Amino acid sequence: MNPVDHLAMLPILLPLVAAALMLPLGEPRRPLKVALNLASTLALVAVAVALAMRAATGSVEVYRLGDWPAPFAIVLVVDRLAAIMLLATSVLAFCSLLFSLARWHRVGVHFHPLFQFLLMGLNGAFLTGDLFNLFVFFEVLLVASYGLAMHGSGSRRVQVGLHYIAVNLAASLLFLLGVSLIYGVAGTLNMADLALRVPTIPAADRPLLEAGAALLGTAFLTKAAAWPLGFWLEDTYAAASAPVAALFAMMSKLGVYAIARVWLLLFGVAAGPSAGLGADWLLAAGIATLVFGMLGVLAAQEMARLAANSVLVSSGLLIAMIAVGDAQVIGAAFYYLVVSTFTLGAFFLLVELADRGRHAAADILAVTREAFGEDEDETDDDEIGVAIPAAVALLGLAFLGCALLLAGLPPLAGFVGKFMLLDALFTALTPASGDAAPVAWVLLALLLLSSFATLIAMSRAGLNRFWAPLEARVPRVRIIEMMPVALLLAACAGLTVAAGPALDYAAAAARALTAPQAYVEGVLPPATASEAAP
Amino acid sequence: MELVVTIAIGVLTGSGIWLLLRPRTFQVIIGLSLLSYAVNLFIFAMGRLEVDVAPVLEAGTANSDPVPQALVLTAIVIGFATTALFLVVLLANRGFSGTDHVDGREPSP
Repeated sequence: MNPVDHLAMLPILLPLVAAALMLPLGEPRRPLKVALNLASTLALVAVAVALAMRAATGSVEVYRLGDWPAPFAIVLVVDRLAAIMLLATSVLAFCSLLFSLARWHRVGVHFHPLFQFLLMGLNGAFLTGDLFNLFVFFEVLLVASYGLAMHGSGSRRVQVGLHYIAVNLAASLLFLLGVSLIYGVAGTLNMADLALRVPTIPAADRPLLEAGAALLGTAFLTKAAAWPLGFWLEDTYAAASAPVAALFAMMSKLGVYAIARVWLLLFGVAAGPSAGLGADWLLAAGIATLVFGMLGVLAAQEMARLAANSVLVSSGLLIAMIAVGDAQVIGAAFYYLVVSTFTLGAFFLLVELADRGRHAAADILAVTREAFGEDEDETDDDEIGVAIPAAVALLGLAFLGCALLLAGLPPLAGFVGKFMLLDALFTALTPASGDAAPVAWVLLALLLLSSFATLIAMSRAGLNRFWAPLEARVPRVRIIEMMPVALLLAACAGLTVAAGPALDYAAAAARALTAPQAYVEGVLPPATASEAAP
Repeated sequence: MELVVTIAIGVLTGSGIWLLLRPRTFQVIIGLSLLSYAVNLFIFAMGRLEVDVAPVLEAGTANSDPVPQALVLTAIVIGFATTALFLVVLLANRGFSGTDHVDGREPSP
């Protein structure tokens, strides 16, 4: 095996080794941990770029652990989709780590090892080609996320952390039930092998297989925080410390990724009688999540909750779009996934900066004042002509960028993503003769409405915070805290400028996903594939 | 034997779900434990129930499926670790709020 072929293993191995090295180091040795963490995260970015470039040729790179033949042992698979997710994760992780170095990594113990373990779980889940291995990596990242969610401690974090853990443990049990049902019926857990066997399952066993798949889907939807399984998300994300919440923006996307990967591979067009299993349910769950998140965005009184509800909106949108099942739509959805993850990451960081040193009740007071009229005298007439402090101006600009991206207004990437989604949606759902299907109109209306709701909520928050604040306190912001926000927004701007190549890459990833021939043949070379199929 | 295992899984799952929905944190953790026992048994049963067969592949003899046994081992270890972690958070929450209610405060009567 060529040494460069081991590259596929590095996204899991690097964080594991880094975290293992950091664990025995005590808290006084924090500078060393910071150096290790930074080195590992930067190396992950480089590895992800290399993998993305290798995957760009359309080849499906398969890494067999222990070099055992494919259906019997676990494989790691790098295709375009996995490469996209790896790259987005490592960039987001680097920005969030940079932010935490200003102060957040000092407020609790073991921040750095947990951070690396979370990355290991995320990367492993994106890479693995085995259902049970997917469960193991889910658990790795969840256990790390339990620790990180409560990073900084405090009664509120522990309180919502308890709920978060209980919900996720229950969801993990569903995951196990689903996996074992599928194994009991199909006799394999290798995803490519499963894709071959699903069409040949006898009719008598099919209900069991579909029940297993439905349980698995429920577990994934819980991670993606689909309504009504996602009530844990808002409190957890709003209570988590800012760099952790930013990284969690990727974690909820993992649920979306798992749905896209497993559902399209196992129950795509080639799945025989089970093709498109549960598509209507996915669509309904996506729409319900979108509506729920939209109402949450409008109702949010704190900016952190506004951000958490925006996560729901983007999750719902993505689930609904994947349920449509068309390659063009899903391609645009992947592009939007990356843009919205970066934006939400930047927004979570920004919220903490803007909220710093503020009175906790000021947000609620501002909204109340808006609702019931202002009964206080205008005393700030004499402030006309006072310049806006530089820190506030910078924060305001970054906030404007986030608002444009989240609401999907031109000229930034949020607009490109949503526009491409709508365009592909109508191409996909319009029959050769006649008008577009009603569901296309429903999705169009909801997408525009949710953008409008986000715009209203962001304008209100921005006005209250930056333009006419109740208390004119300038937050103390350090450059190392502003830089990650700027980096993430710059990445979104980059995705706007390079929208053409990025969309092409995402569309190619989606085409490979909806027609998984190359994936299956990559994992199981045709000679073995014909033997494996009964 | 199938009936006994089925009833055991059903009783464990039923009790687990009932306890999971109770308002005290200790009931929740016992509920989660019972549920994970039920799931472990279920995974084991997915390899078909057989008596007196070796789990190791040997030519010429009957074998039971070794994969679910490997899966169940992994699931037990992971479940054990997460339960321990949940217990720590439970105690921390008890320390912060002074109550064992899952919401951190007693419901108003």
